[in-house]
Amino acid sequence: MLGYAGRILYLDLTTGKSYVEKLNEETAKKYIGGIGLGMHLYLTKSKKGIDPFCPENPLVLSVGPLTATVFPTGGNGHAFISKSPATGGVGESVSHGTFGTELKRAGYDAVVITGKAEKPIYLLIDDDSVELRDASKLWGRSPSEVEDAIKEEVGDFYVRVAAIGVAGEKLTKIACIINDKTRAAGRTGLGAVMGSKNLKAIAVRGTNDVTIAKPEEFFSMVKEFHERMKGPAAQKYRTTGSTENLTIQNNLSCVPTRNYNNSHFESAENISSTIINQHYVAKIIGCNSCAMRCEHQAIIKDGPYKNTMTRIEYDNLWAFGPNCGVDKLNFIIKAAERCNYYGLDAQSTGGIISFIMDCYEKNILTKENLDGIDAHFGNASAMLALIEKIGKREGIGTTFADGVKIAATKIGNKTEQLAQHIKGLEVTGYDLRCLKTTALGCAVSFRGADHNRSGAATIDLRGKVDRLKAEPGRGKIIKELEDQYNLIDSLIICKNAKGTFYKEYEEMTKLYNATTGLNITQQELELAGERIQTLAKLINTREGLTRKDDTLPWKVMNQPITDDGPSKGAVVTKNELDLMLDDYYQARGYDKQGIPTTAKLETLGLTEHLTIITKKEA
Amino acid sequence: MAKLHERKFVSADPEKCVGCQICEYACSYGKERAFNPIKSRIRVMRENQINNLAVTCRFCETPSCVAACPRGALSQTINGNIILEKENCTGCGWCIEACDYGAMMLHPETKTVYSCDLCKFRSDGPQCVKWCPEEALTVVTSDVLAQKARLSAIKKLFQTPGETRNQQTKET
Repeated sequence: MLGYAGRILYLDLTTGKSYVEKLNEETAKKYIGGIGLGMHLYLTKSKKGIDPFCPENPLVLSVGPLTATVFPTGGNGHAFISKSPATGGVGESVSHGTFGTELKRAGYDAVVITGKAEKPIYLLIDDDSVELRDASKLWGRSPSEVEDAIKEEVGDFYVRVAAIGVAGEKLTKIACIINDKTRAAGRTGLGAVMGSKNLKAIAVRGTNDVTIAKPEEFFSMVKEFHERMKGPAAQKYRTTGSTENLTIQNNLSCVPTRNYNNSHFESAENISSTIINQHYVAKIIGCNSCAMRCEHQAIIKDGPYKNTMTRIEYDNLWAFGPNCGVDKLNFIIKAAERCNYYGLDAQSTGGIISFIMDCYEKNILTKENLDGIDAHFGNASAMLALIEKIGKREGIGTTFADGVKIAATKIGNKTEQLAQHIKGLEVTGYDLRCLKTTALGCAVSFRGADHNRSGAATIDLRGKVDRLKAEPGRGKIIKELEDQYNLIDSLIICKNAKGTFYKEYEEMTKLYNATTGLNITQQELELAGERIQTLAKLINTREGLTRKDDTLPWKVMNQPITDDGPSKGAVVTKNELDLMLDDYYQARGYDKQGIPTTAKLETLGLTEHLTIITKKEA
Repeated sequence: MAKLHERKFVSADPEKCVGCQICEYACSYGKERAFNPIKSRIRVMRENQINNLAVTCRFCETPSCVAACPRGALSQTINGNIILEKENCTGCGWCIEACDYGAMMLHPETKTVYSCDLCKFRSDGPQCVKWCPEEALTVVTSDVLAQKARLSAIKKLFQTPGETRNQQTKET
């Protein structure tokens, strides 16, 4: 079982005690690693219905079998898994960089953290040594500052750090966990779970060897993938970056603009990837082991925000650009940097601000309600002012910081119709009205509105299907994509590198076997992808999520696209959604309510969790 | 006898290096059949997000590591290679302290020091250079580096006014 460290660390922050358990081969093969292993550990170690912020709620950190090897993009990932305070269902978020590599070399495939420290602490894992250190001086500081301070204190530059910002400390439900200064396990609010445990940061140093089973096969794959990553499959990420999506999608009217009031951003050319690259990107850097390096580091060269540095990609560009009607890059980059500073999920933060702006323009909220902020769409200064409020959870920030779903409940006045979220998680930069496969993918996504659970936008945008049509067959497409994405997040390969896999299952199987020597079959790996999906579904089912939660935001179903162009009139009707859901549940082997059947659990070897569904049936 | 400036070493181009650490993995695997940066002869530093550079032995003309060793365990060959007589090394680390590049390291298992040897026993040369996806690493001599510097300085001198002229034409 090479590739794996073969050990799981259990840590109770209340008592400060920790112990190590072996990762057995069967569990490794069944759940692979990353989110698969993490969700398995979560489900078996947590109790039904617990408050995400209670000490008993486990926070799981995991890496994959490829982590800390040289396989390009496979070597650098880690995942956080817990119950999401934003959705009440399973929360998971993967991040890359270098953090995960140290954890693997320290000798762990996963860390399960429970309990709550009496006062702020940080966890220092140094191979076999597990230490809780005082973090009172780090409280209130940004993840980047915390990383520097810990390196200084430990006296080791190669210590890697994942930390929360002020948002996580204040239990803000859109708080993320930032590692390597600019990388985030962004979605589902897991930073707040860390905060609830008084755990400011996790610092790791590992010095053990990581070895692989079949070096010849492994290195021939590395060589092949290095070549592919120089080719067309990775060209966008290597050159212009994902910000290029803006132009592509804008031409098709697929860019949610001003909180879904439009699907085309008229000022898109002011914030295009060409301008970003010409005027802002100082360097494109790479994660550990990556041969396609895509991390576009932008620096503001002059003006009041001079020397602001942050990573810019389509997701944060969209969140603070078209989504808020802002076309000033200085402000968008500053906004992204502020999110890293406070430890906020940039996408959800953008979602909240566009929601506030929408309410403001519809006169539901006034300047008086908003601490004097003139929250018109396009008001870039207002956008930054709102981030400060949300980040510090001050003033009106307290009303909005937990996401649009909760904010709409507080405000009332039918604002739920303006709240663009699924299961409590804010939407991302793909207009679901005119990308209907993506709409299904987001509706059924176990972590809420997120294109990254199936990546169906690629299918829609490339015209592999009629993106404006909801028809039988989309369920199967989403099922297959989800299974692949589950494996990507469990082996932990970067999603940006998905295109470099020409035969996904075949190549992933080969890679897994060359690394681990476990010699599983392609069918077994495919089944693992499906198993991980159903595992997540079981967590959600246990926590009370049902078919009614597999839905779409009000505007997606009730407010057709008005912009002239190729998407005009598009909307997802209730009938269309139902049709696609039925189709999807059938493809998954779930019942009409979206609950996995007993037969399905038997096929997937998940019968240990049978009570979750039998209780539902009774 | 080789001329001194023909001594070769691995140099990283700061413009091209993205901090991916593939060189560390290639080195440690090539040398020790394991992925482990602390066993790599080349190390990557990310000072901040945009300042990344791989650093390894420069095969100095007057190597301070050799001079620092009080036990005479280190010597330099005529080709520039730093040679360690393991039995004389106590792992005291004075050479590590003496090296301005952090190119000397203490091996976690043998407890003796080690540094880059340009993979001299391998037919396909330094593994870090072979695997660097950015082509940021090259085997150079100081003379080659100087040549490159001259060339880029001259390019800059002659091309910049030209570019400015072109831009002005476009604007009018």
